[in-house]
Order: sequence, then structure tokens, then C-alpha cells
Amino acid sequence: MWMFWAAWLSSCLTVTVAVDRGNFKTCDQSAFCKRQRAMTPGQSPFRALLDTLELSDSRLTLQLINDNNKVRLLLELYRLQGNMTRVKINELKPLKPRYEVPDILVTDPPTEPLSVVSRDENGVVLSLGAEACRLIVSAQPFRLDIMEGPQVLLSLNSRGLLMFEHLRPRKDTWRYPSFTFLFFQAPDEENAKEDESGMWDETFKSHTDSKPNGPSSIGLDFSLPGVEHVYGIPEHADDLKLKTTDGGDPYRLYNLDVFQYELYNPMALYGAVPVLLSHSPQRTMGIFWLNAAETWVDISSNTAGKTVFGKMLDYVQGASETPQTDVRWMSESGIIDVFIMLGPKPADVFSQYASLTGTQSFPPLSALGYHQCRWNYNDQEDVRAVDAGLDEHDIPYDFIWLDIEHTDGKRYFTWDSSKFSQPREMLQGLMDKKRKMVAIVDPHIKVDSGYKIHNEIRAKDFYIKNKDGADYEGWCWPGSAGYPDFTRPDMRAWWASMFAYDQYEGSMENLYTWNDMNEPSVFNGPEVTMHKDAIHQGAWEHRDVHNLYGFYVQMATAEGLIQRSGGVERPFVLTRAFFAGSQRLGAVWTGDNAAEWGHLKISIPMCLSLGLVGISFCGADVGGFFKAPSTELLVRWYQTGAYQPFFRAHAHVDTPRREPWLFGPENTAVIREAIRQRYGLLPYWYQLFYHAHRTGQPIMRPLWVEYPEDAATFTMDDQFLLGRDLLVHPVTEEGARGVTAYLPGRGEVWYDIHTFQKHNGAQNLYIPVTISSIPVFQRGGSIIPRKLRIRRSTSCMENDPYTLFVALSPQRTAVGELYIDDGHTFAYKENKFIHRQLTFANNTLISRFVDLIFSFLLSSPCV
Amino acid sequence: MFRLQVFLIVSLGAALGAAVEVQRPRGVPLEKRHFYDESRPFTCLDGSRTIPFDRVNDDYCDCKDGSDEPGTAACPNGSFHCTNAGFRATFIPSSRINDGVCDCCDTTDEYNSGVSCQNTCRELGQKERETLEKMAEITREGFLLKRQLIEEAKQGLQEKQGKLSELQASRKEHEEKVDALRTVKETAEQPEREAKERHLKAWEAQKAALQLEKEKAKMAEVFLELDGDADGLVSVSELQTHQELDPDGDGALTDTEAQGLLSGADKVDSAGFQNVWSNIKDKYVSEVRGPSCLLLKSGETDFWLEVSVHSYPEDDAGDEEDDEEEDDDDDVPEEYDDKVTCHRCRPMCATCSSLPESLEKEISFDFGPSAEFAYLYSQCYELTTNEYIYRLCPFNRVSQKPKYGGSETNLGSWGSWNGPEGSKYSIMKYDHGTGCWQGPNRSTTVKLTCGKETAVLSTSEPSRCEYLMEFSTPAICQEPPSLETVAPETDPHDEF
Repeated sequence: MWMFWAAWLSSCLTVTVAVDRGNFKTCDQSAFCKRQRAMTPGQSPFRALLDTLELSDSRLTLQLINDNNKVRLLLELYRLQGNMTRVKINELKPLKPRYEVPDILVTDPPTEPLSVVSRDENGVVLSLGAEACRLIVSAQPFRLDIMEGPQVLLSLNSRGLLMFEHLRPRKDTWRYPSFTFLFFQAPDEENAKEDESGMWDETFKSHTDSKPNGPSSIGLDFSLPGVEHVYGIPEHADDLKLKTTDGGDPYRLYNLDVFQYELYNPMALYGAVPVLLSHSPQRTMGIFWLNAAETWVDISSNTAGKTVFGKMLDYVQGASETPQTDVRWMSESGIIDVFIMLGPKPADVFSQYASLTGTQSFPPLSALGYHQCRWNYNDQEDVRAVDAGLDEHDIPYDFIWLDIEHTDGKRYFTWDSSKFSQPREMLQGLMDKKRKMVAIVDPHIKVDSGYKIHNEIRAKDFYIKNKDGADYEGWCWPGSAGYPDFTRPDMRAWWASMFAYDQYEGSMENLYTWNDMNEPSVFNGPEVTMHKDAIHQGAWEHRDVHNLYGFYVQMATAEGLIQRSGGVERPFVLTRAFFAGSQRLGAVWTGDNAAEWGHLKISIPMCLSLGLVGISFCGADVGGFFKAPSTELLVRWYQTGAYQPFFRAHAHVDTPRREPWLFGPENTAVIREAIRQRYGLLPYWYQLFYHAHRTGQPIMRPLWVEYPEDAATFTMDDQFLLGRDLLVHPVTEEGARGVTAYLPGRGEVWYDIHTFQKHNGAQNLYIPVTISSIPVFQRGGSIIPRKLRIRRSTSCMENDPYTLFVALSPQRTAVGELYIDDGHTFAYKENKFIHRQLTFANNTLISRFVDLIFSFLLSSPCV
Repeated sequence: MFRLQVFLIVSLGAALGAAVEVQRPRGVPLEKRHFYDESRPFTCLDGSRTIPFDRVNDDYCDCKDGSDEPGTAACPNGSFHCTNAGFRATFIPSSRINDGVCDCCDTTDEYNSGVSCQNTCRELGQKERETLEKMAEITREGFLLKRQLIEEAKQGLQEKQGKLSELQASRKEHEEKVDALRTVKETAEQPEREAKERHLKAWEAQKAALQLEKEKAKMAEVFLELDGDADGLVSVSELQTHQELDPDGDGALTDTEAQGLLSGADKVDSAGFQNVWSNIKDKYVSEVRGPSCLLLKSGETDFWLEVSVHSYPEDDAGDEEDDEEEDDDDDVPEEYDDKVTCHRCRPMCATCSSLPESLEKEISFDFGPSAEFAYLYSQCYELTTNEYIYRLCPFNRVSQKPKYGGSETNLGSWGSWNGPEGSKYSIMKYDHGTGCWQGPNRSTTVKLTCGKETAVLSTSEPSRCEYLMEFSTPAICQEPPSLETVAPETDPHDEF
């Protein structure tokens, strides 16, 4: 493996300083992953005890027994509203409770009645509602199959990889034979011994994980007949379509602060969303594995490695084998709690997932504008000069950002008294220009008895504890730091109260927040994060809750911003770490990328993958965080970023300045034009966010979401759709003279939004490009609202007229809509908005209310 | 599509300030008034199109050049004229009309946005006049000083040139004398020389023997040093205390590598160490460390060994030593390097020739069109901030030293004049300073401003390792329009 990577590295990244892989575990170095993976497909030792079956109205329970060690598990099955099935497996009588992830599901998912269709000694057939949808429980070996008519949609444990390490008392010596993993089918004695290792403690580099609870991992396999394409499980710097992991490491989900991450590999990054989507022309489905511990996902496929020719040969020879993808989930602790979303269309899966974990938060309109960031804008004068520079060059922006250096010695909620002595004056200056600021607030708290935040947290005993019961301390930006226990509701409430204007000195209503380092990052911890044996409230180990930490930090912060305004204003909080459900809380970005063309390219699949699992408000640091971009790269990145949901330029402290006007007048003009295109399209962006918020549909979409039967689109990730109606193929190649965009849809037409030239769908279109080109197309049959008076900031454009761009279909019709509200409060929840449906037919444009209640009065006559 | 009908609203001469407003469409400057005649259709100023006059300022863009909407935000490329009576008239992009932000000090850009702006033109004008007066005074006095500087520089230059030619002449004379004498001497010494050559050969042999002896002594010393347990043998592990001996340069001297150095043996005695020594002597760093000069006395001759020791890659090490030297002899900045070099060990024979050369160098510097910057040469100016003391030695180097102890960092050595065309002498560039981690070498841009005093006004680090210094000097002061004029009137075209 190492050799392979070394070779790959030298061939692809000739000058790159890349991640130090040795700092992060491979599956082999993660004891539970190694134990799980040592179990290979075969007959499952689990048997369903049908006589224990209990069926209430909506819940079926059944005991499973592992015939190797006689440990019993409890299986729970639910049929959920909206074509979903929930499968829970826990120990029947665990030694102590196992962690079940709270706060991620928006409600207890509503159920629908389950009924037994037939039953014999081999199993039970349950009805999942109408349309011949069945759930079959096979007793020996235990497996579950979800069928539609004669077709198997999805099977659980069909490869016999269900593994459940039951909690057990620790004996004097962990080598005592009774701990041999009986249910593990270890092929021989030697292997069994090896597999035991890492059960009661585990050492990686200089860190030892004490594991007082012993082994507790879980694993389960899913088979997807007829499926060749799976997506999701972000965050990885990899292609949109997930690759098979045979012979390599599984995709890893474990929130980590990875310094200078590498592209195209399954290593874990800052966030984790354990949701996988499968897609075939017939059906789209999803698997949501609700577990917050370290998780690895193996993917294998019977068609992987087959060439197109090979597949054709199979077809010609009538090979019996249908394509199939197998997915295996492995987590270090907790229970198996999995939601199977049955689609059948992509939009259905998005709605189903949204019904479980919620939708994208509806950001203030200003957050969709351009963000100017750098580590660091040095002082108030610097902020003023950058603000003035953007005005001087007529470049709109909404937010200027302050990184860690603005604080007094990395004490968050404070200001450096010499560089930012008058923060309110500075904020007022921005407010006078109708602009805003974001200041960073990280969750690591400097251990300093002169620091109010630290003292209060300590006084309230809110810090996470180390394994010995003292406050956990780690090394981060401020030096020695404590980590508040954000899993505690009382801690989160207190944290939120710290954003009140009278608590957070120097803050004003146009100051918003950025949560960084919330994986959490611990410079001197194992894998640059927290020790797994650290203790949270309720005696849960950090191991159990790790991937939730960042989610909770953002949750508490967003709550703080809402509370400080008396519940009136929508918050805006950016986070680096995230989990399933983080879409409800704000925006995410792809972390510390680099000024390389490869990183520009990967920003597309990374944000597409996040969009597929609900997190639409995604962006990458424009220009690349590490290193200095070439002028061409910077320009291309602005052009790409202008068409991605979160649009922020950011730079590392050690890189030369790169404000948009520093690269000569021609490049300034090209960057200005890209940003102006963004501002022009903000009405459309806003409407897309409104929809994402209401329905959970992604904003940035892979083409297959809208063209699910067009196999040509299934692996495409160098172009994307915004909503249904805009297709973007940014230029991401150095020195490009042209790009080839695929325009989907037989019988459809697309219009170049700059030249209005018409192109037919279902073709590869070569587009010659210059440095100022951003290939973007509007779908024929759509109406897109824009604002053409580009001003300093979004709120300067508040009262400006809209211009409707009507792109006719071949049938000379078009539909679209227009959504308008005040742009920053929760008043839309009381229906204070205008939402109109626009229809163009017979050379007439008709506008109708989408919503019945209309009580929002615009201050300017529009539309 | 919606179209807001904003009819032509003629500015009613708010009569703010002293000027009287002349009637014309909103946003039109006085000099373009005649293009906007109410009684006739309007022709776009680029001539592209003619439209009825009621479509001027109707909040809908008709002309490609934006000229039909001088008073609204309808055209993307339009501009709006603020009269700013009492201050300075200016144009703003039309996107700033009614955007809720007060741009024109006479408030005319915000006539329909609901925001209430204060007319601040009079105060601004007052302030600007005061500033200009102050500036004018500074310029006037500064320019007088500058004249003086130019005069002094002229004299200085003449003196130096005189001295130089004197020196050159005397040197030439001297050399000629020497040549003549040499000829005489050589003829006389012919037989003697042959004898001397024989001597010399013998001396060389003796020297070689001496060298060998020294080598042996060194080897013995090293052997003792290496033989940590004093068992008369140097072992693999003892050798490994000297990681610098690592043959493949990966930073680690492994067992096998060490054994290789010991020619395959686990241990060697002092006899066997001879072979080993030849393997390692180039790399071996004595534990008796430090940039030490080894003075070895032998016979009548002094051997100076120049010892170079690589210090830590940290920037600052060794700065001090360099500085002292440079400051002492006003030498031109040397190539700065990260090695600690033992300068004093260098055989110095400089005194005889350095004077004319340093003079030549000084004369060759570009001290400005009239050598007005010459007075800065060999001077240094300091500024103390919260954390650091910054030091600018013009035409030499810029440095930074922590206020409370710590070593000095080189922020760049004199590079060149770097101002934009037309004002080349307004900016100095110092580069090739100490390198930054993963970054560029430090560099400093020095912006010169006119002032009576010569002083560093401010320093900042706008980008990591790129410093900016503001430096006031009379030498940059421009000749005022007329030295006799008292406070000049506000110049309406003055750029701010």
C-alpha cells in the first residue's frame, strides 16, 4: 500500500507537500476495523428466533442469536412514513447501555402499520404498504430482504457480515481464552489471537487508548442488486461516484483536522455524514447509518474492474450475473440503527432523508453574497482598507472575515486590544456600507484563570473530562486548552448566552460567527483529535460521540445568534466539522485546501456529495488555503466559486496577499465580472435556498438527479446543475482553450446565459473559452429571476427591480418562480413573503401566487 | 417587466454651500448640461441612439453608455455627478445612487432610499483646506531643506570624487614606483631566487609533514572523543552519537550504516580507526562545538582555519555578528546567509585598497536626481512599536528586533528604487531578508513621504514577511507651485 501511494505521489504530485499519512490510521491500524474486516463473507452465525417475534401496530421485535457464542441481540423493525424502513439492532441485555445518537433526528420518525403477510419456520414476510413491497425476514441464517414484486431492492446480512461485539467484563488478563472471539469465525488459532489485540487497549504512535469498556464494535453488510453507482458518505476528497474499496482502505468517517489533505483517497476529513445513496436508472435509494463513532465503509461491486467491453461481452453472452454493489458499514461503538430510504426517485430520497434529519437552514440573503476572508486581516485599518479597496474596484461583497489573530491571545469572544481596539466602531463602519463581518469562535478554550469564558466553564464544570476524571486539556492555538462538553444541553445553552450583545463585548448585529477546529482539533492528541477515552456527560466516552462534537458546537453557536436577536434574525454560522443534520445549522466549507488545480476540481464533487446528503450550503476556499495560487488559478477559482453555494475567498497567513485587485487591471476586471454574475443571480440562489429549506432538495446537483435515466451523467462531476435550470461547467483546467460540456435531455434545449445562443440537449458541446469565460446554460422551458443593478452588497440591492430571463422550451413555454421576503428574519415562517409561480405560454407571462397567504408588503414596487 | 417611472426631477438648487445650482437633469455635471436639453430628443452621448427626452432619468437604461440615466441606478456603467458645493465635485458609479449608503457629501446620491444623510461638504472642505495648508507648509519648508541637502550632496560628492582621484593617483604612482623597484630588484635577485625556490620546495614538504601530524593529532582527539566508555575501542553505538555522519543523508545513522563506516567491524581500536577517520573526517563535527576559530601555531607561520558551522535553520542565528561588522565599516550589505561564518578568521588585507573602493561604491549609488538622498547614506533610523524595534539604514538594510530581548531579524537589504513611473524615488525596496518558514524571504517596501524630519513613521506587515514602512524625509518634497505664495486655494482637481 505504501509503495503504491509513494509511486502515485511521485507521479501525480511532483512538488506537493502533502498530508503526513503516518499521522492518521489505516483500517489495519484501527483495531476494531481490522477485527471487523477480518470477518469475511460466508454463512452468518446469526439466527432469528421467530418464536420471540412481537408485532405491535408499527413495530416488530425479534431476537437474534449468535450460534457461536449464544449472545442474543434484539432486532427492531419499523415501517416509517414516506417509504422508509428502520432497522435497529442492539444487545438484548447489554452489560451497560450502548450509546444511541440523540438530537440528530428532528422528530421520532412517524411510523405506519406493519403487517405479517405470511410466516413459516423459515421466516416472516411483512408488508411495507401497497405495491407489492415486502420485507422478508429469513431465520437461518438471519437476513433481511426488501422486495418490490419479484425484485430484491436491498438485502441486509446477505453476505453474513453482521458482527456485534457484545460488552463483556474485563478479566485479569485480556489474553484469557474465554475472550476469544467465538462468533468471529476466525479461521485458525493464530488469527484469533491477533484479532484479540486492541480489544482492551490500543496504541497508535505515542497515544494509548485505554478502552475500559473493551470491544464494542458493530458491522453490517447491505447488498444492492442492480446497482452500479453509489454516492455520498462525505467528507472525502474524492470523486462523486464512490469507488470500490477492495484491496485498499475503506472510506473512513471520523472527523479529523487533516493538515494538507490529499486528493482522491478515502481518508477521513473534517466532517462525516453516514448516508449513502444508490442509483440506477430504475431506482434511487439511500442508507442512513445513524452512528457517531468512528466508522468505516467498504464498497465492493461485481462489475468493478470490468471494462465496458467486458460488460458488453457479459451482455452478449447473456451472463447471468446482474450488476450488484455491496456496502459494509463498521462502527466502533453504539448500536446498529439504520434507515433505508426506498426512493424511488432521487427527489423522493432527498425528501425522505429531510424528513429524518431536517432541511437546509434558510440563510440570510447576505450570506449568499461574496465573502472576503484571510488569515488574517491584521487590524481595523486593514479591514477598512480592504473594504475601501473593494469599493474602489467596484467589487461587491457582503462579509469580511476575521480569523484567530483578531482575538486577545486566541481567547475567543475577545479582541486584540491594540489591533482591534474599537470593534464596534469598525462594525459600525461596515454597517454604514450595509456590510457585515464574521469573527471566528473556536471551541477550544484557553486555560487561563484571567479569562472569563474559561473561568465560567470551569466553575460550571462544563469541560470534557479525561479518563482520570480531571478536565481534559489539549494543545491548540492558544496553547493549553480545555474543550467544553457541547453534548450537554446546559453547556450549549450557556454557550449560546455568550453571544448576547452584553456578553460578547464589541459585538453588534452585523457580526456573525465561524466555528473552526471543531472536529475537535487537538494538536497533541491521537490523530490530531481528542482521546477516545475522554469522558462526556452521562459517562459516555468520546469514542461514542466523536462525530457529533462539531455538530453540537455549531448548534449552540447558531442558537446564540438567534437568541441575541430575540429570535427575530436568521443566524449565519460556518462550520468545518459536521454530521448528519448539520444542514439545519448553517454553512460548511471543505476545510484547508490548497492553491492547486486539483483542489479547484475536487471542490465540485466534494460539494455535490454534501448536497446529496442534505448539506447544500457548501463551498471551498476560493484561491486555495495553503500556498499561493497562480493568477490564472485564482481567476478560475473565483469563476467556479461564484457558482457554488458558499462563496468565500480565504488564504493562509503565510501566503502573499491576494485581494481581487492585486493582479493587474485585466484580472481584476475578470474577477469583478465573476462576482457580479453571482450578485445578478442572487434572486435565483435565494429561491433555491428557500426550496432546499422547505423540501430538502439539494441546490448544487449532479446531473443524474434531474436526468436519472441518462447513464452518461452517472459519473459526471466536472459540471453540475444549480436547481433544475442552470447548468454550470466551470473551467478547471490550467491553460484551457475550451471545455466540453454535456447538455442533457433529449428534446430539450439549453441557452448560453451570456450569449443566449441555443444548443440542443443530449449532446457533448465543445465551448471555446477565454480567461473570462464561465460556461453556464439555462434550460429551455425555465424562467430565472435576476437583478441587474449590481451594487456594493446584497442589502444595497434590496429594493431593486427584478429582470426575468425567460428561456423557451421547443414548445415555446416556460415556467419559473419568484420568491421574495425581507431577506434576514424568520418572518417568512409567518408567511410574510411573496412567492409567485410564473408561466409563459402563448406569448403571455402569467404570475400566480404559489402560497395562499400573502401578507408581506414590499417597500418597493417590483415584479 | 417592471419599470419604475421616475420623471425628471430637476435639482432645485438646495443651495448648500456657496454655489448656486444650475438647473439640469439629476447627476449631470455642469459641463455636460448642454447635451441634456429638455426641448429636444436626447441623443446618447456615444451617439448610438436618440430617444424622447422623457426617457432621460426614467430609471430604465436605454443608452449603451448609460448616458440617459445620469441620475438613476438603471445603467450598469453609468456615473453620477455630485456637485459637493463647498468641497470637491466628484463622480460616483451609478450603482451607488439610492443604495442606502451616503456617498456624496452633499447627500444628492440618496434622494429616494429612505436613508437620511448629513451634508458634510462644508466640514470636509474646511478639513481639506486645513490639511492642504499644513501640507503646503511642510512641503515649503521641506523643500527648503531639500535644497540644502542637494547643495551638501554636491559638495560631498565633489569632495569624495576629489579624494578618490587623489587616492587613485597616489595609488597609481605608488604602483609605478613598486614596478620600477621590482624590476631593479628582480634583476638583482635572479641567482638568489633559484636558491629560494629550492628552499621553498623543502618548506612545502615540511608543511605537508606538519599537516599530516596535525591530522593525526586531530584523529587521536576525535578517537578519544568518540570512545565514550574509554575502553580504547570505538563501537557502532558510540559512532551513532554523531548523526551528522549519516552517509545517505536521511538524518538517521542506522546500525548498518555505522557498521559500514567502521568497515564492517563492530568496534575498532585506535590503529583501525585510521581508515574510519578518512571516511568520516569531512563530516565529523566535534563536540567541542561553536563557531570557533582554530588557531594552530606552527613555526613562524600562523595557520588560520576557516570553520563553517551550519547553525539551526532558524532565521535569526548569527545576525548580530554580521551587523556589527557591517555597521562598523559601513560596508555595502553583504550577501546574507544562514551560516555562521567566522569572519574574523579571514585573512584581512583590506585596509590598503578598501577606501577607494568604498568611495567608488558610494559615488555610484543612485541618490536621486540631485543626490538629495545622499545624506541618508550611512545613517540609521529607528521606530519602536509595542513589540519590536524597527531599524532602517537607507541604502543598506532594514531590521527588526524584539523590544524585550531576542535576536535581530533581517527584513531586507537594499534593492532598488521601486516607485511607479514618474515617481521612482517615492519607494525603496529592500529584499532578500531572512527567509520565512514555507514562505518567501523577508522584504520591506519603504514609502517616502515629504516631511521636515527624517524619521520612520510607521511599520506594518500587510502580508506575511512583506513589510511596509513609512518614512518621512525632506528629500522627497516637491517644489511647491510657488514658494512665495501663502496658503494655496483649494485645487478642485487635486486628487485625494
